[in-house]
Amino acid sequence: MSDLMKDPLILRQIIMDHYEYPRNHHLTEDEHYHKAHMASESCIDDITVMAKIEDNIVKDVCFDGVACTISTASTSIMTELLIGKTVEEAEAIVKEYYKMIELLPFDEEVLQEAIAFHQVGKQANRIKCATIGFKAIEECIKEHKHE
Amino acid sequence: MFEVNKVRQDFPLLKKAGESSKPLIYLDNAATTLKPQSVIDAVTRYYTDYSVNIHRGDYDLSYQVSDYYEKTRKTVASFIQADVNEVVFTAGASASLNLVAYGYGEKYIQENDVILSTESEHASSILPWFRVASQKKASIEYVPLTEDGQITIENFKHAMHAKVKVVVIAHISNVLGYVVPIKELTEIAHSFGAIVIVDGAQSVPHIQTRVKDWDIDFLAFSAHKMYGPTGVGVLYGKYQLLDSIEPYYLGGGSNARFDRCGNITLKNPPYKFEAGTPAIEAVLGLKAAIEYIESIGFDAIEKVEHELRTYLINHLKEFKHIKLYNPDATSGIVTLNAIGIPSQDAAIYLNSKGIMVRAGNHCAKILLDVLKTPDTIRISLSFYNTKEECDAIIEALREITLEKCIDLIF
Ligand SMILES: Cc1ncc(COP(=O)(O)O)c(C=O)c1O
Repeated sequence: MSDLMKDPLILRQIIMDHYEYPRNHHLTEDEHYHKAHMASESCIDDITVMAKIEDNIVKDVCFDGVACTISTASTSIMTELLIGKTVEEAEAIVKEYYKMIELLPFDEEVLQEAIAFHQVGKQANRIKCATIGFKAIEECIKEHKHE
Repeated sequence: MFEVNKVRQDFPLLKKAGESSKPLIYLDNAATTLKPQSVIDAVTRYYTDYSVNIHRGDYDLSYQVSDYYEKTRKTVASFIQADVNEVVFTAGASASLNLVAYGYGEKYIQENDVILSTESEHASSILPWFRVASQKKASIEYVPLTEDGQITIENFKHAMHAKVKVVVIAHISNVLGYVVPIKELTEIAHSFGAIVIVDGAQSVPHIQTRVKDWDIDFLAFSAHKMYGPTGVGVLYGKYQLLDSIEPYYLGGGSNARFDRCGNITLKNPPYKFEAGTPAIEAVLGLKAAIEYIESIGFDAIEKVEHELRTYLINHLKEFKHIKLYNPDATSGIVTLNAIGIPSQDAAIYLNSKGIMVRAGNHCAKILLDVLKTPDTIRISLSFYNTKEECDAIIEALREITLEKCIDLIF
C-alpha cells in the first residue's frame, strides 16, 4: 500500500475537494450524449450521468443531481478518470474500482484519486453511495455498445 | 405518575440498551415505534395458545380467538371514540388509505371534481388519489402552506370551493409535525359538501383521537407506529359511508353468499372489507398496544413528548450551523439540517454515536418547494425517550462537521 493511502488526512482532502468543487458538474442538451439516471429509494442520492462516446473514446462525462458527499465526490472523480480513455480502458477502470470496493487487491495506479474510497467497502451503508456514479457510466457504455 | 425509567423497562430493546455499554438511542419513532413486552407477549400468545383461524370452525379454540379478535375491535373503537362496526382492520395505514380512495373514488368522484390535499402529505395518502383523479378526469388541488409549512384555517377556507368533493389531510404531517386544526377544517369542508379523510398515522399514537367529536368521515392509521405489531392497521369510517362503498378486494370472509351466476351478497361493514385470513396475531397485539398506551395515558404522553421537544429545540436553536425547519410545531417531530452537510452524511454520523434518525425526503416529495431543500434530518420522539438521549444528539450535532462525517469511511 502506498503511503498516500495510509494518510486519512490526504484522502479526506481529496473527497472534500471533489464534494465542494465537483468536476464536470453540469448536464447538457446535446443529443450525442448517453444518459443514465440513478435514484435510490433508501437514500437521498438522485443523480444523472451523461457521457459522449465517439470513435471508441470517452470524449466527455458530466453529472448533476442531489447526492451525499460520498456519491458526489466519487462520481466527480470518476468523470476525471474516464474522460479521454478508450472504452476498454474505461471498462477496466470501473472493474478495478469495484475490486477495491469489494476490498480485493487492486491496481492503485489505475484508480488514482479514487483510492480515497479504498476503505468504504467496510461500511455496508455507504457502498451504494460510492458506486452510484460508476454504475451510471456503465449504463452509458452499455447503451453505446448497443448502438 | 409517569416515570421514564420504569417505562423503559417495559421495552426489551431499551432494557437491553440500558444494560449495555453501546448506546442505542432510538429517535425515529415516526418511522415505527419499539414494542413493549406486553405486545410481544400478545403476539406470541396467539401462536402458542391459539394458532387456529378466526370466524371458522365449530371448535372452542376458534371461538375463543374470534372473540379475542372482536374484542380488539371494541378496544379500537373506544380508543378513537367510534362505534364498533365502524372499525375495519387492514394491513396498515397505506392499505386503509388505498381502500378508501378506491372505494369512495370509484363510487362518487366524477369528471371535473376536485380532491383537495396538501403538499405535506405522505405518498400513501396522496398517490391513491392521483390514480383516482387520472381515471375519473378529476383534479388534485393543494391548500397553500404558510411560509413555515403550516396549514391554517384561513388558507383552508380560501382553498375550499363547491367542486371539492374530498379533502385528504394528515392530522400530523410526518415531515414537519404540525398538528392541523382538524375539527375546524372538517366543519368548513362539510359546509361545502365535501368529505374529510384523515391520515392519522402520526397523530393517533400521540394525541387523543375523537372521531365523533371532530366529525371526520374516514381515519387511517397503523399499529406499528403506536407500539403495536407491523402488518395491521385500521380504517375508521362513518357507518353510512362504509356501507355505501365497495371493498378494494373480495374473497372469503367478506361475502355472505354468492352463486354460480356471479351474484355476490357482501356482508355488512366492517366485515365486507376483511376478505381473507388477516394478521390475527397482529390484531391481538394491537389490543395490547392500545391497553399499553391507555395505561400511560395521553395526558402524560403529550406532556412528556412536548417537554422533550422543547428541551431539544431550546438547545439546537443556539447552534448557528443547525437549521431548524419547524421550531414552532408541537408534536415530537423535529426537522433540521446541519448546514453544508447532506442529511444522509449527518444521519450516518449520528449512527456512529448510536443515534438513529431518519434522513431523506420522508416520502413527502412535493414538500421540497416549501422547505427549499431536497432532504432533511428528522428526529421523532416518543415518551420513552429521555433528556439524556436528547443531550446525546445535542452534543453530536454541536460538534458535527463535514470532515468528521467523511472520516467515518477511513
Ligand atoms: C403520515 C403518514 N401516512 C401514512 C404512512 C404509511 O404508513 P404505513 O407504512 O404503516 O402504511 C406513514 C408512514 O410513514 C405516515 O407517516
